[in-house]
Amino acid sequence: MGRRDALIVQHIPRLRRYARALLRDPDRAEDLVQETLARALDRFHFWHRGSDLRAWLFTLMHNQFVNDCRREGRRPVTFSLDGGPDPAAEADAASGAGLRDIGAALMRLPVEQRAVLLLVSLEGLSYRETARVLGIPPGTVMSRLHRARERLRHWLGETRDDGVQRLRSVK
Amino acid sequence: MKHPDDRPVDERDLHAYVDGELDASRRLQVEAWLAGHPGDAARVHDYRHIRERLHRRFDPVLAESPPESVAAPGARPGVPARRAAVAALMLVSAALGWWSRGPAEAPVQADLVQPAAFAHRVYSTDLRRPVEIPAGERVSLDRWISQRMHTELQAPDLSRQGLRLIGGRLLPSTDRMAAQFMYEDGDGQRVTVYVRRIAGGDGSREFHYREQGDLHVLYWLDGGMGYAIIGSRPVAGLLDVAGAVRARLTATEHAP
Repeated sequence: MGRRDALIVQHIPRLRRYARALLRDPDRAEDLVQETLARALDRFHFWHRGSDLRAWLFTLMHNQFVNDCRREGRRPVTFSLDGGPDPAAEADAASGAGLRDIGAALMRLPVEQRAVLLLVSLEGLSYRETARVLGIPPGTVMSRLHRARERLRHWLGETRDDGVQRLRSVK
Repeated sequence: MKHPDDRPVDERDLHAYVDGELDASRRLQVEAWLAGHPGDAARVHDYRHIRERLHRRFDPVLAESPPESVAAPGARPGVPARRAAVAALMLVSAALGWWSRGPAEAPVQADLVQPAAFAHRVYSTDLRRPVEIPAGERVSLDRWISQRMHTELQAPDLSRQGLRLIGGRLLPSTDRMAAQFMYEDGDGQRVTVYVRRIAGGDGSREFHYREQGDLHVLYWLDGGMGYAIIGSRPVAGLLDVAGAVRARLTATEHAP
């Protein structure tokens, strides 16, 4: 295995984890990972040796993701406001799944908030790295992170650590 | 004069505190603040809880093997060489994951991967007698190996992959017979195909990858048989060979 491949390979599990959390559909997530790797192989000479390869790979993945959304005729992610939740996730939420499963709750977040939350809370990127990966100002990272966490906190508030739903006085 | 750090704790500080973005002195200030503000302390607790739940939910992905899509790099659109290179990366990544997951696949390792790599090492470097029956006696090679292996087995034609058949041989493997077919590319580099019956070999036909010293081993399980491709060429190249072998051998098996 060449040096380039060896360097890239060690980041694949984390790229897969992020893609899966971002997209939920395992097939789409897998496609995103593979497209990202293809780009990384093609453009490896653009990577500045010594800089953070993981952040570079996440940047490629984000750009690929935005392109995919455009091609599929979805809302261009970067231009949408931090507004309504993903319509696909509304069904989940209506069934109450969003209150128990963090994955379903995530899908209720607008995708730009989801991306920030996942890069920071799941992938452990710093605010600066997250801003660079997503191509947004650090202040925007902060505000999206805040909205994402407050929404999740609200939705998940009904659920305890052990996953048992708290009894609400509905009887 | 007021030190800038004396500003009251706000929501940005709470996030930065949770995410380890504060310097030591500000962190202490936030901790002192939290001790006296249970509402904010509860928020911090919830933010951390969200992080834990994200990890619990998605960390298992780290240990998963890349799925089906790796099985057929040729089936996906795009430049084939690039597809193969990506598939190779995924396989290597899956192999790395395997080591951390423990010896769940130990029989395959002991019965297929190791003996296949060992046989490659022994015979591919043998200048005088690399094979038992040379490619010139192709018909008897196929007949003999099929008889001894108790299954229809023909040396696959890999000329389109730039590999010339040198011949083949029978080998004792751990508790079974194994067949080895040997090929050579234009540079004289050798690639072997190793086949044997294997317990629990009703695999998913997905490709797996293992490294044995300087050798690359790609293998898959199908219909009670284990198949391995061994060589020192880059994994992407071997993957191309493996795809061809799997297609040919499957075609023979299911031929009417």
